[in-house]
Amino acid sequence: MSNAFRIAGAGRIDRNAPLAFRFNGRPLQGYAGDTLASALLANGVHLVGRSFKYHRPRGILSAGHEEPNALVQLERGAYTEPNLRATEIELYEGLDASSVNCWPSVDFDLRAAFGFASPILVAGFYNKTFKWPKSFWKKFYEPMIRAAAGLGTAPTEADPDTYDRMHWHCDVLVVGAGPAGLAAALPAARAGLRVALVEEAHELGGSLLARSAEIEGLSGSEWAARAAAELEALPNVLLLRRTSVFGYYDHNYLMAVERRTDHAGPGRMPGIARKRLWHFRARRVVLATGAHERPIAFGNNDLPGIMLANAACTYAQRYGVSLGRAGLAFVNNDAGLRHALDTHAAARNLTHIVDARVSPDPGLLRRADEAGIEVLTGHLVSTAGGGKRVSSVEVRGIDGGGARRIACDHVLMSGGLNPVVHLYSQAPGTLRYDASLTCFLPDRTLQAVETAGAINACFALDRALADGARAGAATLAALGHAAAPVPVEARDDLKLQTLWSVQTSLNTELPGKHFVDFQNDVTERDIRLAAREGFRSVEHTKRYTTNGMATDQGKTSNVVGLALLADALAKPIPEVGTTTFRPPFTPVTFGALAGRDRGALSDPVRTTPIHAWHVENGAVFEDVGQWKRPWYFPLPGEDMHAAVQRESKAVRTTAGIMDATTLGKIDIQGPDAAEFLNRVYTNAWTKLGVGACRYGLMCKPDGMVMDDGVTARLAEDRFLMTTTTGNAARVLDWLEEWLQTEWPGLKVYCTSVTEQWSTVAVVGPNSRKILQALAPEMDFSNAAFPFMSFREGTVAGLQARVFRISFSGELAYEINVPSWHGLAMWQAVMAAGKPYGLTPYGTETMHVVRAEKGYIIIGQDTDGTVTPQDLGMDWIVSKQKDFIGRRSFSRPDTARAGRKQLVGLLPADRSFVAAEGAHLVADPQRARHDPATGSPSLGDVTSSYLSPNLETGFALALLADGRALHGRTVHCVTAGGLQPMTVVDPVFFDKEGKRRDGID
Amino acid sequence: MLKITCPWCGAREEIEFSYGGQAHVAYPADPAALSDDEWAQYVFMRDNPKGVFLERWVHSQGCRRWFNAVRHTVTHQIDATYKPGEPPPAQAGVK
Repeated sequence: MSNAFRIAGAGRIDRNAPLAFRFNGRPLQGYAGDTLASALLANGVHLVGRSFKYHRPRGILSAGHEEPNALVQLERGAYTEPNLRATEIELYEGLDASSVNCWPSVDFDLRAAFGFASPILVAGFYNKTFKWPKSFWKKFYEPMIRAAAGLGTAPTEADPDTYDRMHWHCDVLVVGAGPAGLAAALPAARAGLRVALVEEAHELGGSLLARSAEIEGLSGSEWAARAAAELEALPNVLLLRRTSVFGYYDHNYLMAVERRTDHAGPGRMPGIARKRLWHFRARRVVLATGAHERPIAFGNNDLPGIMLANAACTYAQRYGVSLGRAGLAFVNNDAGLRHALDTHAAARNLTHIVDARVSPDPGLLRRADEAGIEVLTGHLVSTAGGGKRVSSVEVRGIDGGGARRIACDHVLMSGGLNPVVHLYSQAPGTLRYDASLTCFLPDRTLQAVETAGAINACFALDRALADGARAGAATLAALGHAAAPVPVEARDDLKLQTLWSVQTSLNTELPGKHFVDFQNDVTERDIRLAAREGFRSVEHTKRYTTNGMATDQGKTSNVVGLALLADALAKPIPEVGTTTFRPPFTPVTFGALAGRDRGALSDPVRTTPIHAWHVENGAVFEDVGQWKRPWYFPLPGEDMHAAVQRESKAVRTTAGIMDATTLGKIDIQGPDAAEFLNRVYTNAWTKLGVGACRYGLMCKPDGMVMDDGVTARLAEDRFLMTTTTGNAARVLDWLEEWLQTEWPGLKVYCTSVTEQWSTVAVVGPNSRKILQALAPEMDFSNAAFPFMSFREGTVAGLQARVFRISFSGELAYEINVPSWHGLAMWQAVMAAGKPYGLTPYGTETMHVVRAEKGYIIIGQDTDGTVTPQDLGMDWIVSKQKDFIGRRSFSRPDTARAGRKQLVGLLPADRSFVAAEGAHLVADPQRARHDPATGSPSLGDVTSSYLSPNLETGFALALLADGRALHGRTVHCVTAGGLQPMTVVDPVFFDKEGKRRDGID
Repeated sequence: MLKITCPWCGAREEIEFSYGGQAHVAYPADPAALSDDEWAQYVFMRDNPKGVFLERWVHSQGCRRWFNAVRHTVTHQIDATYKPGEPPPAQAGVK
């Protein structure tokens, strides 16, 4: 019968709005206002999943975010989401959920046989069990473990939803809109402060919605609704529902995720971002995060039907759901006892209360008596019996005697309350252990934060309200507003009897499994085993046993686990301490974190003004930083190799054209500009004439090469520096840092002009003819326009700056025009070059031809440990002046023999192209992986290509003492063995440098 | 994420800034006059205190200016920020 376990007239569900849904394929019905968990329970469904390791039947333990068991896979296809807590999913029409971690079904799970193997599946079993034979790991053990473990299934399709990000600054951020949070928010809101109140549920009120209460003549829910209405009407208040604060970071920076459409079902609210990621910066924070109830470890305490007492109360009072026909409560404190009685008040189905205490509160005992519940004081539940649902419990006296079995179909348990100190701890705040409440409470913090309500152990409603008012007044006062101080509220005395585990209390071993961490299947036995095996630190024990490491992050298990560890180690609990609380407090969807930064928006893409031409002409692109650069331009039928060979040949025999726009360009101006360059570059700059260019190398103070490039003197007080494409921003940062922090006296300004200029490089023996055709008025002769100079003039009808510089050793020109003319210039050059077979080429060919000349690329042939001398570039290091890094060249380590030096390598087998990064060794006989007998690496290949101009593979390498080894053979390590290569000078092509002035 | 007060722009989020290590480590006036050890001290050695630290920041996504901050390396509390060339504010905990 549908909804057989609904309590007539109870709960905050809308009985006029039935909702159909499916669970594991079975059609069921719930009501608007239900969660998936409450709707399942209303239909008598307690078995909702299988456990992680032993595949034991599991039911619903809680009614909130702390749920360890009731994880479901929600929806299918692109909308599917794994491991959602059924206790938090708001029911909607057509909802489709299924259990995770069961096979073939939740009712009949073959892997439950693992339960019989449990003696070997103990803490650390991965490390202990699956070791022999060694060959079994890869083929048998690992696939088996992988198939059996894990929870839900990640979606394989792209996420169809959108996600947003919000930033919010406020005076006061209140986390949690239960009674304490509302009481704290109201005074701040009334005072006109900018208040944000964040609540994870869809309705404000927290426990007020789930308990019988009366405040100011109203019911708890009415009072909450009135407070909500008042806050909502205030323009200075941001009220967020369905929003979970999951991280508390430095300087009162908090993050939250708001679920905006999930309650309606996937795809039902088109045009609205599914989630919003909120970034808060608050002057003051109030944490009113409540408390979690704690389970008790007893035999088979994980059977479906066994639930936390406050959760049972919430199901009864908020959702009008009873858990069965005959229930039993097992408690050790007044709060748990109260939860049990409040549950019974609505559900009328408790037959027994087992209280570990000899003399509980007489008032509460009277209530139980009036309700006709049999109370067994001074008793414990030792084990539960049943298959897929609890059917009975064995009860014993606290002396271990008087065992009796009581039939029941559900059990409520309460081992005490744990204040939700997670966010406070992240703040960071320290915690202190309260021995009478056996829980951790907020202690000290430097953040501007108050805690209010149950987090301060003010559990009872009147205390929570009073403590909220106190936190609100304290917050107002801290922000300089008049507020009458409210005295600190006394903590609740739960009259708690310490009880972590029944076995521990009885000091005897009992049958069944005594679970501590339900989600990761960690038992009391595992924790004691870890202690026996020598684990002392709570952090180590956590990792060894995996206690608290599941998706619930141990919300119901951490404190019990560390208490049992303390007991096993015979240490006081504060000495063992807690594990670190880390964000996120509850799991956050990746989509929410990514927000709009997906696909093309995940990282900016920079393209040059000529990009469209490259695309049209079939370029294959390479990412260089954020830039898209043409890698090569294949003709129909060509692969990369063929294209690069053709392009490289064209550059050397006729002419090539390359888009060099991406090179970093920095305009450096000021009367001290030349002096400034003198200090940052290793060579001299003061005497460079206007109109001339010079290659420069810059080093860090440690003497290591940092960047290189050609800089032109545009005027007496103005230079144009170029940098490598990937380093442009870093070099500008570097220059500005030195100007601002070390040499503020220098009158120099640096401006990035990378985006303002487009650069077309025309390279090869025929480049002069092409330029001449484009700019008939300009004189391109060697005499009038020598190497390393620039001229301004009209090229193809456009005002341009032409640099005669070369990164190939060929006669070459780089035409700079304002970027909006880049494409026009490129097209004009292509047209003018047509008679010469002008060939567009990409970065790969650029690399080949520069390597043929032994020209380095920073970051490829250098790695931050390479000096100019290592590169054989002593010629660029001034002996006359100081510059950044110079002093380091005489440091012992920089000046020593045996440093790696730049060399060329030619393979014995001309077709061999070494892998970049491959190691070089001397003695082929000793080249084994054994470090004792193997040949040590002498260096590695930094650049390696096949050259159509040299007709061989060739490489640049950094080799220990390389310059002394010219003519010798080294061996390049490859997966297929060693390849002999001859060490040569790094300049392979046109050693005399005759080609740069042209070859006609 | 820290909230950092740029002396020119005011309080901004940490993502606008870049870190520059220990403050008040001047580039030596005459590096050639230093011993190898003294030079190595300048190039490589920096303090790493557990406590109050004078450090450099640059407002790289803002005004692009450098400044100094007094930050506690354990609590991340920033007591003050000040412009380059200015002495560190006389505060408790600052040596």
